Amino acid sequence: MNPALLALEDGTVFEGRAFGAQTERSGEVVFNTSITGYQEIFSDPSYSGQIVVLTYPQIGNYGANEGDMESAKPYIEGLVVRDFSPIVSNWRSESPADQYLAGANVPIIDSIDTRKLVRHLRTRGVMRGVLSTISTNAAELVEKAKASPSMAGLDLATRVSTPASYRWTNPVEPVSPSERIGKVRPAEYHVVAFDFGIKRNILRRLVTSGCHVTVVPASTSAEDVLALRPDGVFLSNGPGDPEPLQAQAAQVRQLIGKAPIFGICLGHQVLGLALGGKTYKLKFGHRGGNHPVLNKRNGRVEITAQNHGFAVDPDSLADSDVEITHINLNDQTVEGLRHKSAPLFCVQYHPEAAPGPHDSLYLFDEFIDLMKEAKR
Amino acid sequence: MPKRTDLHRILIIGSGPIIIGQACEFDYSGTQACKALKDEGYEVILVNSNPATIMTDPNLADRTYVEPLSVEYLTEIIRKERPDALLSTVGGQTGLNLSVALAEAGVLDEYGVELIGAKIESIKKAEDRLLFKDAMKKIGLETPTSSLLTSMQGGYDFAAKVGFPMILRPSFTMGGTGGGIAYNSEDLEEILARGLQLSPVHEVLAEESVLGWKEFELEVMRDLADNVIIVCSIENFDPMGVHTGDSITVAPVQTLTDREYQMMRDGALRCLREIGVDTGGSNVQFAINPDDGRMVVVEMNPRVSRSSALASKATGFPIAKIAAKLAVGYRLDEIPNDITRLTPACFEPTIDYVVAKIPRWQFEKFPGSDPTLGTQMKSVGEVMSIGRNFKAALAKAIRSQETGKSATKVEAFDVDLIPNKLITPTPDRLPYLFFAFEQGWTVAQVHELTKIDPWFLQQLFETVQLHTALAQKSLATITPAEMREAKRYGVADTTLARLWNEDPLRIRDRRKQMGIQAVFNRVDTCAAEFESFTPYLYSSYESECEAAPSDRKKVMILGAGPNRIGQGIEFDYCCCHASFALQEFDHESIMVNCNPETVSTDYDTSDRLYFEPLTLEEVLNIYDTEKPDGVIVQFGGQTPLNLALPLKRAGVPIIGTAPENIDLAEDRKLFGRLLDDLRIPSPPNGTATTVEEACAVANVLGYPVLVRPSYVLGGRAMTIAYDEDTVRRYMREAVTFSQERPVLVDRFLEDAIEVDVDCLSDGEDVLICGIMEHIEEAGIHSGDSSCVLPPFGIGAAELKTIEEYSVKLARALNVIGLMNVQYAIKDGKVYVIEVNPRASRTVPFVAKATGVPIPKIAVGLMVGRKLKEFAPLMQGKTSGVLSVPQFFVKSPVFPFNKFQGVDPVLGPEMRSTGEVMGVGENFGEAFAKAQLSAGSPLPAEGTVFISVSERHKNEAVDVAKSFAELGYSLAATRGTATVLKNAGLSCTTVFKVNEGRPNAVDLLKAGRLQLAIYTTTGVHSFGDEKALRRAAITYRVPCITTMSAARAAVQAAASRRRDPIRVWSLQEIHS
Repeated sequence: MNPALLALEDGTVFEGRAFGAQTERSGEVVFNTSITGYQEIFSDPSYSGQIVVLTYPQIGNYGANEGDMESAKPYIEGLVVRDFSPIVSNWRSESPADQYLAGANVPIIDSIDTRKLVRHLRTRGVMRGVLSTISTNAAELVEKAKASPSMAGLDLATRVSTPASYRWTNPVEPVSPSERIGKVRPAEYHVVAFDFGIKRNILRRLVTSGCHVTVVPASTSAEDVLALRPDGVFLSNGPGDPEPLQAQAAQVRQLIGKAPIFGICLGHQVLGLALGGKTYKLKFGHRGGNHPVLNKRNGRVEITAQNHGFAVDPDSLADSDVEITHINLNDQTVEGLRHKSAPLFCVQYHPEAAPGPHDSLYLFDEFIDLMKEAKR
Repeated sequence: MPKRTDLHRILIIGSGPIIIGQACEFDYSGTQACKALKDEGYEVILVNSNPATIMTDPNLADRTYVEPLSVEYLTEIIRKERPDALLSTVGGQTGLNLSVALAEAGVLDEYGVELIGAKIESIKKAEDRLLFKDAMKKIGLETPTSSLLTSMQGGYDFAAKVGFPMILRPSFTMGGTGGGIAYNSEDLEEILARGLQLSPVHEVLAEESVLGWKEFELEVMRDLADNVIIVCSIENFDPMGVHTGDSITVAPVQTLTDREYQMMRDGALRCLREIGVDTGGSNVQFAINPDDGRMVVVEMNPRVSRSSALASKATGFPIAKIAAKLAVGYRLDEIPNDITRLTPACFEPTIDYVVAKIPRWQFEKFPGSDPTLGTQMKSVGEVMSIGRNFKAALAKAIRSQETGKSATKVEAFDVDLIPNKLITPTPDRLPYLFFAFEQGWTVAQVHELTKIDPWFLQQLFETVQLHTALAQKSLATITPAEMREAKRYGVADTTLARLWNEDPLRIRDRRKQMGIQAVFNRVDTCAAEFESFTPYLYSSYESECEAAPSDRKKVMILGAGPNRIGQGIEFDYCCCHASFALQEFDHESIMVNCNPETVSTDYDTSDRLYFEPLTLEEVLNIYDTEKPDGVIVQFGGQTPLNLALPLKRAGVPIIGTAPENIDLAEDRKLFGRLLDDLRIPSPPNGTATTVEEACAVANVLGYPVLVRPSYVLGGRAMTIAYDEDTVRRYMREAVTFSQERPVLVDRFLEDAIEVDVDCLSDGEDVLICGIMEHIEEAGIHSGDSSCVLPPFGIGAAELKTIEEYSVKLARALNVIGLMNVQYAIKDGKVYVIEVNPRASRTVPFVAKATGVPIPKIAVGLMVGRKLKEFAPLMQGKTSGVLSVPQFFVKSPVFPFNKFQGVDPVLGPEMRSTGEVMGVGENFGEAFAKAQLSAGSPLPAEGTVFISVSERHKNEAVDVAKSFAELGYSLAATRGTATVLKNAGLSCTTVFKVNEGRPNAVDLLKAGRLQLAIYTTTGVHSFGDEKALRRAAITYRVPCITTMSAARAAVQAAASRRRDPIRVWSLQEIHS
């Protein structure tokens, strides 16, 4: 087995074994606490620019399959795990997960003390790093980590966005004869979705809820969106810092009140900017499938899937026309907004799950309700 | 919602004695619930018949009743205490069933008691198979396809639909009699025909088989606002077909994609909402077809369960405590997470380690029982372990089992047996899996026979590969990297020592020189996302130690490991009290244990908790990290005692009685010399290390003799031999012995009264805590005999002698802490049978009967205090014997109903799993209550059947006369009947089994006999005697096998007719 190195910008170096691609990649090193769902994490474009540490120590057990892809390819820069499984065991598996990452030129390091690394990132904050499965020169890798681009101020959304618009018509497919997803509703609503790095499960959920979806590039103007005569506009999740997306925020601002808007994750942050708010970087972000979010409108707690390193500053929206609808119970950060008069709401977390719990699927219905009302 | 203010007094029902399927996990849940509700300011009234529990300690509830768990006694308690609510969900199936019974009897309505936790409709919906199936269908969840068959044709039709194998269960037969699995149409014809005939309603429930499917469990919690969380997911290593309590289980789920896991999570949430469990924890079990992912719900428990205890320990999320808080109106988001402090309990724990649970079986105690694991649980305990990978977790769990077998090495296993041992699940399957891989089997081949998921098998396969690779190395050639890898995957020093023929401690030293030593990681509910404030630790070979030991004065307590017969909850009681006492005496308490069912492994019982196997290697790892000022080994039963001397040799300070003196009592020669010096008589005895020697010793002593191995607890492999043949057979078959561990041979004192004594000693002053008179005579294991405080059949002079001997022994052994002595009294002479200078099984019973916190004082003595300082806690005494204000009887509970074909006769080998206590103003009342609690209530009327051996005939007359005077009818076998008739008693003569029909067994089955008194000649256990005793178990007729117990039964029967139903709380008794 070849050695692999993970070097952090603060000089910390972890030595482990190499899996996946023989290469060297840099990125922001972040951790995700989900126990299941590694494949959805690999293929979530929001992880673009990031090396992901999975806290669950045994990864790869169930292989990889086409149905669990959240985009066309893996987006992570590198993967850090405690023990990568050499065999897979699951009836849905089509290939081992490391082969699939190797095919996308993504390196894996295993056999390192991931708990130590996570504790390091938790106390020092996320930082840049280089994962190499080809070099053993630690000092050089640390220098490369220091020289790699910082996440703050980086517009990655435009980079991962679709170059051209396309239609999406696939609904959520049951995973087994026993899964109850409910009937796919007839496509009554046309949704135009800004692709900042959109996850497929959002598109599948929109279709299942009764939408036909046109996915448009991140740079699409408000005018062009409106020209598609949407019943609703969706702002997707995506990677990186929301601050550089001022141009998109400006376009979105023009859409407020013209069509119902629903945003998720980066889409929520862009809406925050569009509404005049500010965003800030969290120390180590929220990445996992167990975050409690209080829905202030009904007092219920949802267990949510999360993946974000930035958050909307509630003080910056104090004078605006928005209501904070959801908050994170772990750290009281903003998790959801709703405009007091215009048909607009958004959440910081991932109601489409994939991976994660399905507690918040009702938000897709709420979007439908908004569109229904607007149509009337 | 904040907590409810309309409730003030809350009743909690415990789960009663430890039985198979219901063990200390409900002491854990009840104790957490009591603490949580008291913290919230509620008055807690607790009822549990089991005195060995922590929860029945008088300071955990406001009112503690150790009384029978029956509707009539509960009604009396409710009438007296007038609780506002009854929490039904923390006392296991017993607590739940009794809650339902009280509701159905109208008692709850009559006294205005609200059922909280789960409502009656929800309980019924979850417990009734057909209602449950309907409910699941309604919400779109599948259950195995089933059909109620009334004809053979129905069976053929159903088979055409679901195929084979098929499960058949005749309706309304006892204990599932006549059911089975049909693998083909031949089986179907046979089992169905038999089932239709056996079923009184001629109905058989046929069910699609999900044998071999993957089995999963989810632990779910819900609050009144309908917030629902999954606390833990569990995947069974053994596929469907083995009861989950008998399965090796793993947390979290290992082989499901997120899509499949979320499908299951959605199903669990729907299930909980449909069943309507308002608040608290529930457990939902699923089976998944490994070929296409089809999922069925297997069952759901609307209460805290064994799996809840496991899930709590596996994640650090205190399910029972939170369930209690939810039941009084709190919402999940209003309760903080104790471990992270800053985040709420409303979240789903995520873990960054792997947890493995392995059950602990004891088939060896039940000769003739079938060790096949199936749908009925047979294990008596379990161990859990935590590792950073599955291999390490499994290896640690195997070590924790203390079966004496090494982790993966199978000794004396047979290659030809491999296929059979893999196909049929038994406790041997795990060692045989390793063995098969050693013999070159592939993962695919093993999977084919076992249906165990290939991922798990691969881990075992790789472990074997690792061992093979290590065997090629030596201590001199192994590199640090290889050593680290071995340790990281759980290879024990003892395994390396065996592979390399080295001393394990040398390996330890070399390893440490290489810089490879265990570190400790925290169980923190959040995979290190947040800081943990709770030192709940497990070992790993990672690079960073999170133990952060303090520099306070501290003492480490070694726990008792898995529950076993003879070493159960009593020792956990002692360990927990040791911990509480240390805190009170301003010492930090450090607990080491590996039993997930216990209170000792709750993270808030001790200042620090190490969830680790109790092996020398692992305990030394903790010692190296913590450097405690002392280690307590005398509270955890035999497990820590086995480690005492090796620990001491390694420089670990053992506090309390010196390990050498604890050991001295086991060394026949030294101990004999001591008794001689003290002029204390013991039964004539000797030791033997060969068959011939044993026979020679027995001949010198004279028969009968008691033969047993040294260093065992619970009378393991102990037997009474009446002749040389038995001694020979015993030496050949029953026992392993060596020069260091010879077989002990004692002259057996027939018909002697046995006495148990517990005392406290600081080396100078000695206080006798209790002199317990056994109800069964000597020869019946003390753990299997009922006993009574105060003694009522022992003369004052004999009591004085017992007191005197006990004081002499405690001083001679320089006992610091607790000592237990067993005496036998025969013809007015007192003999010492056994001395154990350590906590005994009876300590919690004595503590509850006397109202004196015995373990706490013992710990005080161990940390240097004197007995005199505790006089105010000990009725003002520092010598003599503690008094008891009433009569207290402790009675054992047996698992014979779980082991078909086993002779339920009592003997020197302990076989009871649990115990109960009865309290009364007279002996009869206390004994009657104890028998009721133990599940064999004495009948208030009916026929007493008597058949006794020749030497008991005279006594039988007295007993029979008393029963007749109380209005019972008498029946007896010929010999006994003749004696009774000669004495002028009217009596029906009944055939013995081999004399014709209808015989005693037929009458018993027909419900014509209500009590059986049946003593044996002592030499052999004849077939017909066994048949009667078995029938008595099956038909729940109390069967008494000793004359002393028969005499006690007379008094109990008299009490039943004389005394009203009355109850006393421990607080009243000892106020």
